[in-house]
Amino acid sequence: MSTATMTAPTEKKSHSLALKAGLLLVGIHIFMGLLTLVWLPYDPTAMAGGRLEGPSLLHLLGTDRLGRDLFTQMMIGSRIALIVGIGAVAIGAVIGVTLGLLAAFASKWLDDALAATLDILIAFPTLLIAMLVVAASDTANLWSAIIALGIALSAIVARLTRILAKRVLVMDYITAARTSGSSWPKIVAIHILPNIWPTLSVNFALQFGLAVIAEASLSYLGLGAPPPNASWGRILQEAQGTVYTAPLGAIAPGIALVSLAIGVNLLADGLRDTIDPTRRAR
Amino acid sequence: MTVLLSLENLSVHAGNKALVSNLSFSLNRGERLGLIGESGSGKSLTSLAATGLLPAGLSSSGSAILAGKQVIGASDRELNQLRGTAVAIVFQEPLTALDPLMRVGKQVAEPLARRAQRDGAPLSGATLDKAVLALLDEVALPEPQRMATSYPHELSGGQRQRIAIAMALACKPDLLIADEPTTALDVTTQAEILGLLDRLVRTRNMALLFISHDLPVVANTVERVVVLRQGETVEAGNVTEVFGNPRHDYTKSLLAAARRLDDAMEGRS
Repeated sequence: MSTATMTAPTEKKSHSLALKAGLLLVGIHIFMGLLTLVWLPYDPTAMAGGRLEGPSLLHLLGTDRLGRDLFTQMMIGSRIALIVGIGAVAIGAVIGVTLGLLAAFASKWLDDALAATLDILIAFPTLLIAMLVVAASDTANLWSAIIALGIALSAIVARLTRILAKRVLVMDYITAARTSGSSWPKIVAIHILPNIWPTLSVNFALQFGLAVIAEASLSYLGLGAPPPNASWGRILQEAQGTVYTAPLGAIAPGIALVSLAIGVNLLADGLRDTIDPTRRAR
Repeated sequence: MTVLLSLENLSVHAGNKALVSNLSFSLNRGERLGLIGESGSGKSLTSLAATGLLPAGLSSSGSAILAGKQVIGASDRELNQLRGTAVAIVFQEPLTALDPLMRVGKQVAEPLARRAQRDGAPLSGATLDKAVLALLDEVALPEPQRMATSYPHELSGGQRQRIAIAMALACKPDLLIADEPTTALDVTTQAEILGLLDRLVRTRNMALLFISHDLPVVANTVERVVVLRQGETVEAGNVTEVFGNPRHDYTKSLLAAARRLDDAMEGRS
Protein backbone atom coordinates (compact mmCIF):
# COMPACT_ATOMS: atom_id res chain seq x y z
CA MET A 1 0.00 0.00 0.00
CA SER A 2 2.65 2.45 1.06
CA THR A 3 4.91 1.53 -1.86
CA ALA A 4 2.03 2.07 -4.27
CA THR A 5 1.33 5.54 -2.96
CA MET A 6 5.04 6.27 -2.90
CA THR A 7 5.81 5.22 -6.48
CA ALA A 8 2.74 6.53 -8.26
CA PRO A 9 3.60 10.25 -8.11
CA THR A 10 7.28 9.78 -9.05
CA GLU A 11 6.28 7.63 -12.01
CA LYS A 12 3.87 10.25 -13.19
CA LYS A 13 6.52 12.91 -12.75
CA SER A 14 9.08 11.00 -14.82
CA HIS A 15 6.47 10.57 -17.57
CA SER A 16 5.78 14.25 -17.81
CA LEU A 17 9.53 14.93 -17.61
CA ALA A 18 10.10 12.69 -20.63
CA LEU A 19 7.28 14.44 -22.43
CA LYS A 20 8.73 17.88 -21.66
CA ALA A 21 12.27 16.91 -22.66
CA GLY A 22 10.95 15.37 -25.87
CA LEU A 23 8.87 18.44 -26.64
CA LEU A 24 11.88 20.68 -26.05
CA LEU A 25 14.27 18.69 -28.26
CA VAL A 26 11.81 18.16 -31.09
CA GLY A 27 10.53 21.71 -30.67
CA ILE A 28 14.00 23.18 -31.28
CA HIS A 29 14.33 21.26 -34.55
CA ILE A 30 10.79 22.10 -35.66
CA PHE A 31 11.42 25.77 -34.87
CA MET A 32 14.69 25.76 -36.81
CA GLY A 33 13.12 23.89 -39.70
CA LEU A 34 10.14 26.25 -39.95
CA LEU A 35 12.37 29.29 -39.55
CA THR A 36 14.35 28.31 -42.66
CA LEU A 37 11.19 28.77 -44.70
CA VAL A 38 11.04 32.48 -43.90
CA TRP A 39 14.50 33.51 -42.74
CA LEU A 40 18.10 32.34 -42.88
CA PRO A 41 21.11 34.01 -41.26
CA TYR A 42 23.10 33.72 -44.51
CA ASP A 43 22.70 32.42 -48.02
CA PRO A 44 23.50 28.72 -47.51
CA THR A 45 25.37 28.43 -50.80
CA ALA A 46 27.35 31.67 -50.68
CA MET A 47 30.65 32.42 -48.99
CA ALA A 48 29.65 34.21 -45.84
CA GLY A 49 33.04 34.53 -44.26
CA GLY A 50 36.57 33.20 -44.27
CA ARG A 51 37.25 29.48 -44.69
CA LEU A 52 37.05 27.25 -41.61
CA GLU A 53 36.47 30.08 -39.19
CA GLY A 54 35.84 29.16 -35.55
CA PRO A 55 32.62 30.01 -33.73
CA SER A 56 31.96 33.71 -33.34
CA LEU A 57 28.98 35.99 -32.84
CA LEU A 58 28.71 36.39 -36.61
CA HIS A 59 28.99 32.65 -37.27
CA LEU A 60 27.66 30.72 -34.26
CA LEU A 61 29.13 27.42 -35.42
CA GLY A 62 31.85 28.85 -37.60
CA THR A 63 32.19 28.27 -41.35
CA ASP A 64 33.03 25.27 -43.50
CA ARG A 65 35.95 24.81 -45.90
CA LEU A 66 34.14 26.83 -48.58
CA GLY A 67 33.42 29.65 -46.13
CA ARG A 68 29.67 28.88 -45.87
CA ASP A 69 27.95 29.51 -42.54
CA LEU A 70 27.61 26.19 -40.69
CA PHE A 71 24.69 27.28 -38.51
CA THR A 72 22.65 28.14 -41.61
CA GLN A 73 23.36 24.72 -43.04
CA MET A 74 22.44 23.03 -39.76
CA MET A 75 19.09 24.83 -39.78
CA ILE A 76 18.37 23.58 -43.28
CA GLY A 77 19.51 20.16 -42.08
CA SER A 78 16.79 20.25 -39.41
CA ARG A 79 14.18 20.90 -42.07
CA ILE A 80 15.45 18.09 -44.28
CA ALA A 81 15.64 15.67 -41.34
CA LEU A 82 12.05 16.43 -40.31
CA ILE A 83 10.75 16.06 -43.86
CA VAL A 84 12.61 12.76 -44.25
CA GLY A 85 11.49 11.42 -40.87
CA ILE A 86 7.84 12.38 -41.27
CA GLY A 87 7.72 11.39 -44.93
CA ALA A 88 9.40 8.01 -44.51
CA VAL A 89 7.36 7.09 -41.43
CA ALA A 90 4.11 8.18 -43.12
CA ILE A 91 4.86 6.06 -46.20
CA GLY A 92 6.02 3.17 -44.03
CA ALA A 93 2.92 3.45 -41.84
CA VAL A 94 0.39 3.53 -44.67
CA ILE A 95 1.95 0.63 -46.58
CA GLY A 96 2.91 -1.30 -43.46
CA VAL A 97 -0.39 -1.03 -41.57
CA THR A 98 -2.37 -1.93 -44.70
CA LEU A 99 -0.20 -4.97 -45.43
CA GLY A 100 -0.17 -6.02 -41.79
CA LEU A 101 -3.95 -5.87 -41.46
CA LEU A 102 -4.29 -7.71 -44.76
CA ALA A 103 -2.02 -10.48 -43.47
CA ALA A 104 -3.88 -10.66 -40.17
CA PHE A 105 -7.18 -11.22 -41.99
CA ALA A 106 -5.81 -13.31 -44.87
CA SER A 107 -6.27 -17.02 -45.37
CA LYS A 108 -3.53 -19.16 -43.95
CA TRP A 109 -1.40 -19.58 -47.07
CA LEU A 110 -1.57 -15.90 -48.03
CA ASP A 111 -0.69 -14.94 -44.47
CA ASP A 112 2.25 -17.35 -44.49
CA ALA A 113 3.43 -16.01 -47.84
CA LEU A 114 3.20 -12.40 -46.67
CA ALA A 115 4.93 -13.19 -43.37
CA ALA A 116 7.78 -14.97 -45.16
CA THR A 117 8.21 -12.08 -47.61
CA LEU A 118 8.28 -9.59 -44.76
CA ASP A 119 10.84 -11.66 -42.86
CA ILE A 120 13.09 -11.73 -45.91
CA LEU A 121 12.73 -7.96 -46.36
CA ILE A 122 13.48 -7.35 -42.69
CA ALA A 123 16.58 -9.55 -42.93
CA PHE A 124 18.07 -6.94 -45.29
CA PRO A 125 19.42 -3.89 -43.47
CA THR A 126 17.12 -0.86 -43.94
CA LEU A 127 19.99 1.15 -45.40
CA LEU A 128 20.78 -1.53 -47.98
CA ILE A 129 17.18 -1.65 -49.25
CA ALA A 130 17.10 2.13 -49.38
CA MET A 131 20.37 2.15 -51.37
CA LEU A 132 18.93 -0.40 -53.79
CA VAL A 133 15.79 1.67 -54.36
CA VAL A 134 17.79 4.87 -54.80
CA ALA A 135 20.18 3.11 -57.18
CA ALA A 136 17.22 1.77 -59.17
CA SER A 137 15.74 5.24 -59.62
CA ASP A 138 17.76 7.30 -62.08
CA THR A 139 18.23 10.48 -60.14
CA ALA A 140 19.22 10.64 -56.52
CA ASN A 141 17.11 13.24 -54.80
CA LEU A 142 15.43 13.78 -51.47
CA TRP A 143 12.14 12.21 -52.53
CA SER A 144 13.67 9.02 -53.84
CA ALA A 145 15.47 8.72 -50.50
CA ILE A 146 12.23 9.28 -48.58
CA ILE A 147 10.29 6.75 -50.67
CA ALA A 148 13.13 4.25 -50.39
CA LEU A 149 13.27 4.58 -46.61
CA GLY A 150 9.47 4.42 -46.37
CA ILE A 151 9.41 1.15 -48.29
CA ALA A 152 12.23 -0.27 -46.18
CA LEU A 153 10.44 0.69 -42.95
CA SER A 154 7.06 -0.61 -44.11
CA ALA A 155 8.20 -4.23 -43.74
CA ILE A 156 8.87 -3.71 -40.03
CA VAL A 157 5.55 -1.91 -39.54
CA ALA A 158 3.69 -4.62 -41.45
CA ARG A 159 5.11 -7.41 -39.34
CA LEU A 160 4.36 -5.59 -36.11
CA THR A 161 0.83 -4.69 -37.24
CA ARG A 162 0.14 -8.27 -38.23
CA ILE A 163 1.16 -9.65 -34.84
CA LEU A 164 -0.62 -6.93 -32.85
CA ALA A 165 -3.81 -7.24 -34.90
CA LYS A 166 -3.82 -11.01 -34.50
CA ARG A 167 -3.51 -10.61 -30.76
CA VAL A 168 -6.48 -8.23 -30.68
CA LEU A 169 -8.52 -10.38 -33.08
CA VAL A 170 -8.79 -13.27 -30.63
CA MET A 171 -10.09 -11.06 -27.83
CA ASP A 172 -13.66 -11.59 -26.65
CA TYR A 173 -14.61 -7.99 -27.39
CA ILE A 174 -14.02 -8.62 -31.08
CA THR A 175 -16.29 -11.69 -30.95
CA ALA A 176 -18.76 -9.61 -28.93
CA ALA A 177 -18.72 -6.89 -31.59
CA ARG A 178 -19.23 -9.55 -34.27
CA THR A 179 -22.15 -11.05 -32.34
CA SER A 180 -23.77 -7.67 -32.12
CA GLY A 181 -23.61 -7.42 -35.92
CA SER A 182 -20.65 -5.07 -36.37
CA SER A 183 -18.96 -5.21 -39.78
CA TRP A 184 -15.24 -5.90 -40.18
CA PRO A 185 -14.29 -2.42 -41.45
CA LYS A 186 -16.04 -0.91 -38.45
CA ILE A 187 -14.33 -3.33 -36.06
CA VAL A 188 -10.95 -2.45 -37.57
CA ALA A 189 -11.66 1.26 -37.22
CA ILE A 190 -13.03 1.39 -33.70
CA HIS A 191 -11.46 -1.63 -31.97
CA ILE A 192 -8.37 -2.91 -33.74
CA LEU A 193 -6.60 0.30 -34.76
CA PRO A 194 -7.08 2.07 -31.39
CA ASN A 195 -5.81 -1.01 -29.55
CA ILE A 196 -2.68 -1.49 -31.64
CA TRP A 197 -2.00 2.24 -31.88
CA PRO A 198 -0.10 2.74 -28.57
CA THR A 199 2.48 0.11 -29.51
CA LEU A 200 2.62 1.20 -33.15
CA SER A 201 3.15 4.85 -32.31
CA VAL A 202 6.18 4.11 -30.15
CA ASN A 203 7.51 2.03 -33.01
CA PHE A 204 6.92 4.92 -35.41
CA ALA A 205 9.04 7.13 -33.17
CA LEU A 206 11.85 4.59 -33.23
CA GLN A 207 11.58 4.43 -37.00
CA PHE A 208 11.58 8.20 -37.29
CA GLY A 209 15.01 8.16 -35.65
CA LEU A 210 16.03 5.28 -37.88
CA ALA A 211 14.90 7.11 -41.02
CA VAL A 212 16.71 10.33 -40.10
CA ILE A 213 19.94 8.48 -39.41
CA ALA A 214 19.54 6.38 -42.56
CA GLU A 215 19.01 9.49 -44.68
CA ALA A 216 22.13 11.01 -43.13
CA SER A 217 23.98 7.85 -44.08
CA LEU A 218 22.62 7.98 -47.65
CA SER A 219 23.63 11.63 -47.96
CA TYR A 220 27.01 10.82 -46.47
CA LEU A 221 27.43 8.25 -49.24
CA GLY A 222 26.20 10.73 -51.81
CA LEU A 223 22.89 8.90 -52.40
CA GLY A 224 20.61 11.33 -50.59
CA ALA A 225 19.67 14.87 -51.38
CA PRO A 226 22.21 16.22 -53.90
CA PRO A 227 24.17 19.43 -53.20
CA PRO A 228 23.53 22.19 -52.36
CA ASN A 229 20.95 20.59 -50.02
CA ALA A 230 22.56 20.73 -46.61
CA SER A 231 21.54 17.38 -45.15
CA TRP A 232 23.31 16.59 -41.89
CA GLY A 233 24.90 13.56 -43.56
CA ARG A 234 26.36 15.79 -46.28
CA ILE A 235 27.67 18.31 -43.74
CA LEU A 236 29.33 15.45 -41.90
CA GLN A 237 30.85 14.11 -45.09
CA GLU A 238 32.16 17.51 -46.15
CA ALA A 239 33.66 18.09 -42.71
CA GLN A 240 35.49 14.78 -42.83
CA GLY A 241 38.68 16.12 -44.38
CA THR A 242 39.01 18.98 -41.90
CA VAL A 243 37.83 17.19 -38.77
CA TYR A 244 41.08 17.85 -36.85
CA THR A 245 41.27 21.55 -37.62
CA ALA A 246 37.53 22.34 -37.47
CA PRO A 247 35.83 19.57 -35.46
CA LEU A 248 32.55 21.47 -35.11
CA GLY A 249 31.61 20.50 -38.66
CA ALA A 250 31.45 16.87 -37.57
CA ILE A 251 30.24 17.35 -34.00
CA ALA A 252 27.26 19.56 -34.84
CA PRO A 253 25.49 17.15 -37.23
CA GLY A 254 26.16 14.28 -34.83
CA ILE A 255 24.58 16.09 -31.91
CA ALA A 256 21.69 17.24 -34.05
CA LEU A 257 20.97 13.69 -35.24
CA VAL A 258 21.10 12.21 -31.76
CA SER A 259 19.04 14.99 -30.18
CA LEU A 260 16.27 14.67 -32.78
CA ALA A 261 16.15 10.86 -32.53
CA ILE A 262 16.08 10.92 -28.72
CA GLY A 263 13.58 13.78 -28.67
CA VAL A 264 11.10 11.96 -30.89
CA ASN A 265 11.36 8.83 -28.77
CA LEU A 266 10.85 10.70 -25.51
CA LEU A 267 7.92 12.52 -27.05
CA ALA A 268 6.29 9.29 -28.26
CA ASP A 269 6.76 7.63 -24.87
CA GLY A 270 5.34 10.61 -23.06
CA LEU A 271 2.41 10.94 -25.45
CA ARG A 272 1.53 7.27 -25.20
CA ASP A 273 1.42 7.51 -21.43
CA THR A 274 -0.94 10.47 -21.60
CA ILE A 275 -3.15 8.99 -24.33
CA ASP A 276 -3.47 5.38 -23.14
CA PRO A 277 -6.15 5.39 -20.41
CA THR A 278 -4.89 2.16 -18.87
CA ARG A 279 -1.47 3.75 -18.26
CA ARG A 280 -2.75 7.04 -16.98
CA ALA A 281 -2.21 7.58 -13.28
CA ARG A 282 -5.52 7.02 -11.52
CA MET B 1 -44.54 -20.69 -29.58
CA THR B 2 -41.86 -19.62 -32.00
CA VAL B 3 -38.72 -21.68 -32.30
CA LEU B 4 -35.74 -19.32 -32.02
CA LEU B 5 -32.90 -21.77 -32.28
CA SER B 6 -33.05 -25.28 -33.55
CA LEU B 7 -29.96 -27.47 -33.83
CA GLU B 8 -30.17 -30.74 -35.68
CA ASN B 9 -27.21 -33.10 -35.79
CA LEU B 10 -24.85 -30.17 -35.44
CA SER B 11 -21.21 -31.21 -35.58
CA VAL B 12 -18.05 -29.16 -35.31
CA HIS B 13 -14.82 -30.50 -36.76
CA ALA B 14 -11.19 -29.51 -36.55
CA GLY B 15 -9.75 -31.39 -39.51
CA ASN B 16 -10.83 -34.98 -38.94
CA LYS B 17 -11.41 -34.60 -35.25
CA ALA B 18 -14.99 -34.10 -34.13
CA LEU B 19 -15.23 -31.55 -31.33
CA VAL B 20 -19.02 -31.57 -31.20
CA SER B 21 -20.98 -34.43 -32.74
CA ASN B 22 -24.62 -34.74 -33.66
CA LEU B 23 -25.99 -32.26 -31.18
CA SER B 24 -29.71 -31.58 -31.40
CA PHE B 25 -31.96 -29.35 -29.35
CA SER B 26 -34.39 -26.53 -29.89
CA LEU B 27 -35.22 -23.44 -27.94
CA ASN B 28 -38.45 -21.43 -27.96
CA ARG B 29 -39.13 -17.88 -26.92
CA GLY B 30 -39.17 -17.53 -23.15
CA GLU B 31 -37.44 -20.86 -22.62
CA ARG B 32 -34.22 -21.40 -20.71
CA LEU B 33 -31.87 -24.18 -21.62
CA GLY B 34 -28.67 -25.13 -19.84
CA LEU B 35 -25.72 -26.58 -21.73
CA ILE B 36 -23.45 -28.26 -19.22
CA GLY B 37 -20.27 -30.25 -19.25
CA GLU B 38 -16.65 -29.98 -18.23
CA SER B 39 -14.06 -27.76 -19.92
CA GLY B 40 -13.43 -28.82 -23.50
CA SER B 41 -16.75 -30.62 -23.85
CA GLY B 42 -17.78 -28.35 -26.72
CA LYS B 43 -20.21 -26.05 -24.92
CA SER B 44 -18.76 -22.76 -26.14
CA LEU B 45 -18.09 -24.12 -29.64
CA THR B 46 -21.78 -24.96 -29.88
CA SER B 47 -22.74 -21.35 -29.20
CA LEU B 48 -20.17 -20.08 -31.71
CA ALA B 49 -21.35 -22.55 -34.36
CA ALA B 50 -24.96 -21.54 -33.78
CA THR B 51 -24.07 -17.92 -34.50
CA GLY B 52 -21.64 -18.68 -37.34
CA LEU B 53 -18.65 -17.35 -35.41
CA LEU B 54 -16.43 -20.43 -35.43
CA PRO B 55 -12.74 -19.52 -35.60
CA ALA B 56 -10.90 -20.23 -38.85
CA GLY B 57 -9.82 -23.85 -39.07
CA LEU B 58 -13.02 -25.22 -37.57
CA SER B 59 -15.90 -26.34 -39.73
CA SER B 60 -19.47 -27.20 -38.88
CA SER B 61 -22.01 -29.52 -40.45
CA GLY B 62 -25.61 -30.46 -39.82
CA SER B 63 -28.24 -27.83 -39.32
CA ALA B 64 -28.50 -24.79 -37.07
CA ILE B 65 -31.59 -22.70 -37.69
CA LEU B 66 -31.51 -19.33 -35.98
CA ALA B 67 -34.64 -17.20 -36.22
CA GLY B 68 -35.79 -19.20 -39.23
CA LYS B 69 -32.50 -18.94 -41.14
CA GLN B 70 -29.94 -21.63 -41.76
CA VAL B 71 -26.61 -20.59 -40.19
CA ILE B 72 -24.41 -23.42 -41.46
CA GLY B 73 -22.96 -22.41 -44.80
CA ALA B 74 -24.49 -18.93 -44.73
CA SER B 75 -22.35 -15.99 -45.83
CA ASP B 76 -20.97 -13.52 -43.35
CA ARG B 77 -23.21 -10.79 -44.72
CA GLU B 78 -26.38 -12.82 -44.21
CA LEU B 79 -25.24 -13.74 -40.73
CA ASN B 80 -24.47 -10.13 -39.84
CA GLN B 81 -28.16 -9.35 -40.24
CA LEU B 82 -29.02 -12.09 -37.75
CA ARG B 83 -26.36 -11.19 -35.26
CA GLY B 84 -27.22 -8.27 -33.11
CA THR B 85 -30.92 -8.80 -33.83
CA ALA B 86 -31.81 -12.42 -33.22
CA VAL B 87 -29.02 -13.28 -30.84
CA ALA B 88 -26.45 -11.76 -28.49
CA ILE B 89 -23.76 -13.37 -26.35
CA VAL B 90 -22.46 -12.59 -22.87
CA PHE B 91 -18.96 -13.93 -22.39
CA GLN B 92 -17.19 -15.55 -19.49
CA GLU B 93 -14.40 -13.10 -18.86
CA PRO B 94 -15.81 -9.58 -18.58
CA LEU B 95 -12.36 -8.01 -18.72
CA THR B 96 -11.53 -9.33 -22.19
CA ALA B 97 -15.12 -8.92 -23.41
CA LEU B 98 -14.78 -5.14 -23.18
CA ASP B 99 -12.47 -2.99 -25.26
CA PRO B 100 -9.89 -1.70 -22.76
CA LEU B 101 -9.42 1.62 -24.60
CA MET B 102 -13.05 2.62 -25.07
CA ARG B 103 -15.30 4.25 -22.49
CA VAL B 104 -17.97 1.74 -21.51
CA GLY B 105 -20.78 4.15 -22.36
CA LYS B 106 -19.54 4.24 -25.95
CA GLN B 107 -19.27 0.45 -26.01
CA VAL B 108 -22.93 0.17 -25.03
CA ALA B 109 -23.91 2.94 -27.46
CA GLU B 110 -22.29 1.10 -30.37
CA PRO B 111 -24.71 -1.90 -30.64
CA LEU B 112 -27.58 0.29 -29.43
CA ALA B 113 -27.16 2.70 -32.34
CA ARG B 114 -26.79 -0.16 -34.80
CA ARG B 115 -29.97 -1.87 -33.63
CA ALA B 116 -31.88 1.42 -33.75
CA GLN B 117 -30.58 2.01 -37.26
CA ARG B 118 -31.80 -1.43 -38.33
CA ASP B 119 -35.19 -0.78 -36.77
CA GLY B 120 -35.41 2.33 -38.89
CA ALA B 121 -35.34 4.71 -35.93
CA PRO B 122 -31.73 5.95 -35.75
CA LEU B 123 -30.50 7.23 -32.41
CA SER B 124 -27.81 9.84 -32.00
CA GLY B 125 -26.56 12.58 -29.74
CA ALA B 126 -28.58 13.22 -26.62
CA THR B 127 -31.24 10.57 -27.32
CA LEU B 128 -28.55 7.93 -27.73
CA ASP B 129 -26.88 9.04 -24.48
CA LYS B 130 -30.22 8.79 -22.74
CA ALA B 131 -30.83 5.30 -24.09
CA VAL B 132 -27.36 4.23 -22.89
CA LEU B 133 -28.03 5.55 -19.39
CA ALA B 134 -31.42 3.81 -19.36
CA LEU B 135 -29.74 0.52 -20.24
CA LEU B 136 -27.06 0.96 -17.58
CA ASP B 137 -29.86 1.62 -15.14
CA GLU B 138 -31.70 -1.50 -16.30
CA VAL B 139 -28.69 -3.69 -15.47
CA ALA B 140 -28.69 -2.07 -12.02
CA LEU B 141 -25.39 -0.21 -12.29
CA PRO B 142 -25.07 2.53 -9.69
CA GLU B 143 -24.43 6.09 -10.93
CA PRO B 144 -24.94 5.38 -14.65
CA GLN B 145 -23.65 8.88 -15.48
CA ARG B 146 -20.26 8.22 -13.93
CA MET B 147 -20.14 4.60 -15.16
CA ALA B 148 -20.69 5.63 -18.77
CA THR B 149 -17.51 7.72 -18.82
CA SER B 150 -15.37 5.05 -17.13
CA TYR B 151 -12.91 2.71 -18.79
CA PRO B 152 -13.25 -1.04 -18.16
CA HIS B 153 -10.17 -1.17 -15.91
CA GLU B 154 -11.79 1.33 -13.59
CA LEU B 155 -14.74 -1.00 -12.88
CA SER B 156 -15.07 -4.11 -10.71
CA GLY B 157 -15.60 -7.56 -12.22
CA GLY B 158 -19.30 -7.53 -11.42
CA GLN B 159 -19.74 -4.06 -12.89
CA ARG B 160 -17.92 -5.10 -16.04
CA GLN B 161 -20.19 -8.11 -16.45
CA ARG B 162 -23.22 -5.82 -16.06
CA ILE B 163 -21.81 -3.64 -18.85
CA ALA B 164 -21.33 -6.75 -21.01
CA ILE B 165 -24.95 -7.71 -20.32
CA ALA B 166 -26.06 -4.17 -21.18
CA MET B 167 -24.17 -4.47 -24.50
CA ALA B 168 -25.98 -7.73 -25.24
CA LEU B 169 -29.34 -6.19 -24.29
CA ALA B 170 -28.63 -3.21 -26.54
CA CYS B 171 -29.14 -5.59 -29.46
CA LYS B 172 -32.67 -6.37 -28.19
CA PRO B 173 -32.02 -10.03 -28.94
CA ASP B 174 -34.69 -12.73 -28.95
CA LEU B 175 -32.10 -15.21 -27.79
CA LEU B 176 -29.46 -14.47 -25.18
CA ILE B 177 -26.50 -16.81 -25.00
CA ALA B 178 -24.67 -16.61 -21.67
CA ASP B 179 -21.32 -18.37 -21.89
CA GLU B 180 -20.28 -19.05 -18.30
CA PRO B 181 -21.20 -15.49 -17.34
CA THR B 182 -20.51 -15.95 -13.64
CA THR B 183 -17.41 -18.14 -13.66
CA ALA B 184 -14.96 -15.27 -13.26
CA LEU B 185 -16.94 -13.67 -10.43
CA ASP B 186 -17.00 -14.25 -6.69
CA VAL B 187 -19.97 -16.00 -5.13
CA THR B 188 -21.97 -12.96 -3.97
CA THR B 189 -21.51 -11.14 -7.28
CA GLN B 190 -22.41 -14.38 -9.02
CA ALA B 191 -25.77 -14.49 -7.26
CA GLU B 192 -26.47 -10.85 -8.19
CA ILE B 193 -25.64 -11.38 -11.85
CA LEU B 194 -27.76 -14.54 -11.99
CA GLY B 195 -30.65 -12.66 -10.40
CA LEU B 196 -30.21 -9.90 -12.95
CA LEU B 197 -30.15 -12.33 -15.91
CA ASP B 198 -33.22 -14.09 -14.54
CA ARG B 199 -35.13 -10.82 -14.23
CA LEU B 200 -34.10 -9.57 -17.68
CA VAL B 201 -34.98 -12.82 -19.46
CA ARG B 202 -38.36 -12.76 -17.75
CA THR B 203 -39.25 -9.10 -18.37
CA ARG B 204 -37.99 -9.05 -21.97
CA ASN B 205 -39.35 -12.51 -22.72
CA MET B 206 -36.07 -13.67 -24.26
CA ALA B 207 -34.88 -17.21 -24.67
CA LEU B 208 -31.76 -18.06 -22.67
CA LEU B 209 -29.05 -20.51 -23.60
CA PHE B 210 -27.00 -20.82 -20.45
CA ILE B 211 -23.60 -22.44 -20.76
CA SER B 212 -21.91 -23.56 -17.56
CA HIS B 213 -20.01 -26.26 -15.76
CA ASP B 214 -21.43 -25.14 -12.45
CA LEU B 215 -24.34 -27.48 -11.70
CA PRO B 216 -25.96 -25.60 -8.78
CA VAL B 217 -25.94 -22.40 -10.86
CA VAL B 218 -27.50 -24.21 -13.82
CA ALA B 219 -30.11 -25.90 -11.62
CA ASN B 220 -31.30 -22.54 -10.32
CA THR B 221 -31.30 -20.77 -13.68
CA VAL B 222 -32.79 -23.02 -16.34
CA GLU B 223 -35.68 -25.41 -16.93
CA ARG B 224 -34.06 -27.88 -19.30
CA VAL B 225 -30.48 -29.13 -19.59
CA VAL B 226 -28.33 -30.83 -22.17
CA VAL B 227 -25.30 -32.60 -20.73
CA LEU B 228 -22.30 -32.68 -23.05
CA ARG B 229 -19.23 -34.86 -22.76
CA GLN B 230 -16.43 -34.70 -25.31
CA GLY B 231 -18.84 -33.16 -27.77
CA GLU B 232 -21.55 -35.77 -27.41
CA THR B 233 -24.91 -35.45 -25.73
CA VAL B 234 -25.04 -37.88 -22.86
CA GLU B 235 -28.32 -36.79 -21.37
CA ALA B 236 -31.03 -34.20 -21.92
CA GLY B 237 -34.28 -33.30 -20.25
CA ASN B 238 -35.85 -31.32 -17.45
CA VAL B 239 -33.49 -30.07 -14.76
CA THR B 240 -35.38 -31.84 -12.00
CA GLU B 241 -35.41 -35.12 -13.89
CA VAL B 242 -31.81 -35.06 -15.03
CA PHE B 243 -30.37 -33.89 -11.73
CA GLY B 244 -32.82 -35.82 -9.55
CA ASN B 245 -32.50 -39.07 -11.36
CA PRO B 246 -29.37 -39.09 -13.53
CA ARG B 247 -29.25 -42.04 -15.89
CA HIS B 248 -25.81 -41.63 -17.32
CA ASP B 249 -22.66 -42.32 -15.32
CA TYR B 250 -21.12 -39.05 -16.44
CA THR B 251 -24.02 -36.98 -15.12
CA LYS B 252 -23.84 -38.95 -11.90
CA SER B 253 -20.15 -38.21 -11.52
CA LEU B 254 -20.71 -34.49 -12.21
CA LEU B 255 -23.44 -34.41 -9.57
CA ALA B 256 -21.35 -36.37 -7.11
CA ALA B 257 -18.47 -33.95 -7.59
CA ALA B 258 -20.77 -30.98 -7.00
CA ARG B 259 -22.15 -32.63 -3.86
CA ARG B 260 -18.72 -33.43 -2.50
CA LEU B 261 -17.78 -29.78 -2.93
CA ASP B 262 -20.97 -28.72 -1.12
CA ASP B 263 -20.25 -31.10 1.72
CA ALA B 264 -16.70 -29.90 2.04
CA MET B 265 -17.87 -26.29 2.09
CA GLU B 266 -20.33 -27.00 4.85
CA GLY B 267 -17.81 -28.94 6.93
CA ARG B 268 -19.30 -32.37 6.45
CA SER B 269 -17.11 -35.17 5.24
